Amino acid sequence: MDKTLPDLATAVAGISDGMTVMIGGFGGSGAPIELIHALIDRFVATGHPRDLTVVNNNAGNGHVGLAALIEAGMVRKLICSFPRSADPVVFTEMYLAGKIELELVPQGTLAERIRAGGAGIPAFYTPTSFGTDLAKGKPVEVFDGRAYVQERWLKADYALVKAHLGDRLGNLTYRMAARNFNPLMCTAAAATIVQVSRIVEAGGIDPESVITPGIFVQGLVEVPNPAQEEILNRANARYPEVAE
Amino acid sequence: MTAKLSPTQIAWRAAQDIEDGAYVNLGIGFPEMVAKFQPPGREAIFHTENGILGFGEAPPAGDEDWDLINAGKKAVTIKPGTAFFHHADSFAMVRGGHLDVAILGAYEVAETGDLANWSTGPRGVPAVGGAMDLVHGAKRVAVITDHVTKDGKPKLVQRCSLPLTGVGCVTRIYSSLAVIDIEGGRFVLREKLPSLSIDALQALTGAEMLVPAPVVDLTVPEL
Repeated sequence: MDKTLPDLATAVAGISDGMTVMIGGFGGSGAPIELIHALIDRFVATGHPRDLTVVNNNAGNGHVGLAALIEAGMVRKLICSFPRSADPVVFTEMYLAGKIELELVPQGTLAERIRAGGAGIPAFYTPTSFGTDLAKGKPVEVFDGRAYVQERWLKADYALVKAHLGDRLGNLTYRMAARNFNPLMCTAAAATIVQVSRIVEAGGIDPESVITPGIFVQGLVEVPNPAQEEILNRANARYPEVAE
Repeated sequence: MTAKLSPTQIAWRAAQDIEDGAYVNLGIGFPEMVAKFQPPGREAIFHTENGILGFGEAPPAGDEDWDLINAGKKAVTIKPGTAFFHHADSFAMVRGGHLDVAILGAYEVAETGDLANWSTGPRGVPAVGGAMDLVHGAKRVAVITDHVTKDGKPKLVQRCSLPLTGVGCVTRIYSSLAVIDIEGGRFVLREKLPSLSIDALQALTGAEMLVPAPVVDLTVPEL
């Protein structure tokens, strides 16, 4: 078994129009910038994929990564908890112009819906959002005297994830708080594609240290020294780069 | 012009109630300041939604590691005993009742404990983050806020007019003028600025305050 892929273009080749794509990361930490940019490259070259539904905690920042994917016009709908940031101008303008749909989900509910999707649990009850606008239309049930809102699982066709180390079997570790949604998304997609800073030999990750077991991963590609969104944005980077 | 506490002073007052050994989540923005004023000799462990327990202060400019941020996307540091975890575990800590204290900002708080702090109405881009989860998880949910809006209207009200974050969830309010508990669906005055009469405070409060015991002077150092 060898799940390693030769390059980024191959890694994102299976994503097609109308798919639901989970994209890992919380703000810039754990965001698979290079995989996202490879997807934009394909769109620029072929006009596909488009009409994507993207699941991410945020809505991108500046003009790189998720913000660039949205700016390119590839995203029909965003499922997220916090579409604000230091510089969310791309999403804000498209949302206010009615060009992108938003499903707003409380952050813990978003995480649990993804976890449930990966764990084969079609629905669950949470106290979160009870009595608020975000619970409208959802079944409510009382357990032990307290009201809970029913939420459905969330699954995807693809997950694009960033990890730190990976082996050919797809076992992964993450780096500090770049873990966030990434291990959950790995479990909830039909195909999970991971960019890792380094591919190591099988056995190169201590089994005690594996965070995502390889069963949840379909492909991984090595991206040494991955870009950090925060640093790109401080340099006012754009993707694709605008010719001067 | 009534004297009032600055946001920093409100944060200081809220910090005095965090007991040794408490697990604490601070909302993004103004509540983050509470961490700076931990009383000496007490160790609180701070939780951030994006998967860190026991993080340390911001690093010096230039030393940031952008894989090491808090929920406000600001750089933090690790210290001995820091733990990382994924988002589902993070919100298990929240919803599962494992946090002792959550401290959030507010647009409005009702005497019933209802909180509105995520949406100012249909205009603009809505964003909720972890607020709706936090209000249902922590054993104590405290709010730190100005007592009135910029226009001088009460932020402590009978019923919230803005979209709710949670129903019946707030247990204590640290305002720029007073410390008020919510008990049995009523505001209960505990502390107030000594320069302010109870009547003057009541006039700035949108629902009746109960005053069952002597009110303690709210005294905070200049910060």
